[in-house]
Amino acid sequence: MADLFKLKVVTPDRIFYDGNVSMVELTTTEGDIGVYANHIPATAIVAPGLLKIHEESGQVQKAALMAGFIEILQEQVTVMAEVAEWPEDIDVKRAEEARIRAERRLKDRYPGTDVMRAELALKRAIVRLETKAK
Amino acid sequence: MATMRDIKRRRDSIQSTEQITKAMKLVATVKLQKSRAKAESAKPYFNLMYDTMSSIISKSGAVRHRYLQAGASPKKAVITITSNRGLAGGYNNNIVKLVNSELPAADTMVYAIGRKGRDGLARRGYKIQGDYSEVINDPLYQDAAELTGVLLEAFARGEIGEIYLAFTTFKNTVVHTPKLLKLLPVELPERGQAADGQEPKARAIMDYEPDDETVLDAIVPKYMSSLIYGALLESLASENGARMTAMDSATSNAEEMIEDLSLQYNRARQGAITQELTEIVAGANAIGG
Repeated sequence: MADLFKLKVVTPDRIFYDGNVSMVELTTTEGDIGVYANHIPATAIVAPGLLKIHEESGQVQKAALMAGFIEILQEQVTVMAEVAEWPEDIDVKRAEEARIRAERRLKDRYPGTDVMRAELALKRAIVRLETKAK
Repeated sequence: MATMRDIKRRRDSIQSTEQITKAMKLVATVKLQKSRAKAESAKPYFNLMYDTMSSIISKSGAVRHRYLQAGASPKKAVITITSNRGLAGGYNNNIVKLVNSELPAADTMVYAIGRKGRDGLARRGYKIQGDYSEVINDPLYQDAAELTGVLLEAFARGEIGEIYLAFTTFKNTVVHTPKLLKLLPVELPERGQAADGQEPKARAIMDYEPDDETVLDAIVPKYMSSLIYGALLESLASENGARMTAMDSATSNAEEMIEDLSLQYNRARQGAITQELTEIVAGANAIGG
């Protein structure tokens, strides 16, 4: 059994998660990472992706994580999230609509379309749908 | 001596004022409960944000970054959070006074959230650079992020060298303290020392993914917007608390005045009756005599 460490996930409105876990997986701007206890101290920027929390009991909790940053210390990991959602918070219909809208915007590329914004919106919608589906 | 009618009119007018202040107090109480709950549920995020930021900076060694150093410009920007409406005791004035005593009008640019603070500072000769007064009605994280964007752009263009935030901290219903916080350059408890004054136990240097510059570029705006958002929520709770206290004392002052006036009125009435009686008796005596 892997060593445990303290994981905190907070958003501006609430403490999203606070507990001892054995591993946490998430997506950063540099790619997917998995963090075990005693990781070297690091700071990274969170990219929209799936947050997987491997709990002490072996259970895996999933959530959608949109933006923020992560501070990794040897004994504690803090995720300062701007938006984080459990699967039950996600509105599939809204996410589906957002995905279609973003895809259309990316396909048509009218002058003046903010491509970065559309891509981010698409990414967020896909992450939401994936989180819900699994 | 005032006549009975004058006293009565005055008492009635105070009575209707009392009704208004009472109603305002009730409204402020309800709003206070709401805004307080919001401010309290958001608090852990900001405390943690501050702690995390301190810990990141203290472990970063000799990282040089533009957000950690004052800009070249002597100009300062200050975000003032006040209310759009008055009748909140010294709430708005305290912020205006604080800004006025700490930052000189000549080289300070004001980004006002709240009409009262904007007007107060404009009167004292401050330049109002931006007005975001509608934000305070219902603060959103998005609003704070937008304002951060505007300020960081001005900072990057070299128009401003320092950024401050003036807001009111909410301790409890009756204690709120105005506070001036330096947002940029990021200034945290002694670099190289932990927030609680202990020697940093982890000597390990923080590793940045992908590199320190990119990470700080991304984190500092988030740090700023979350501090602004937290300040907005706390100020809103303080505003309602201040208004509640102010209206409470206004109501009890009105009650006191009504009591005084009632006493005066009754005395005047009694005096009038006595006088009338004396006149009747005197008249009867004159006829009978």
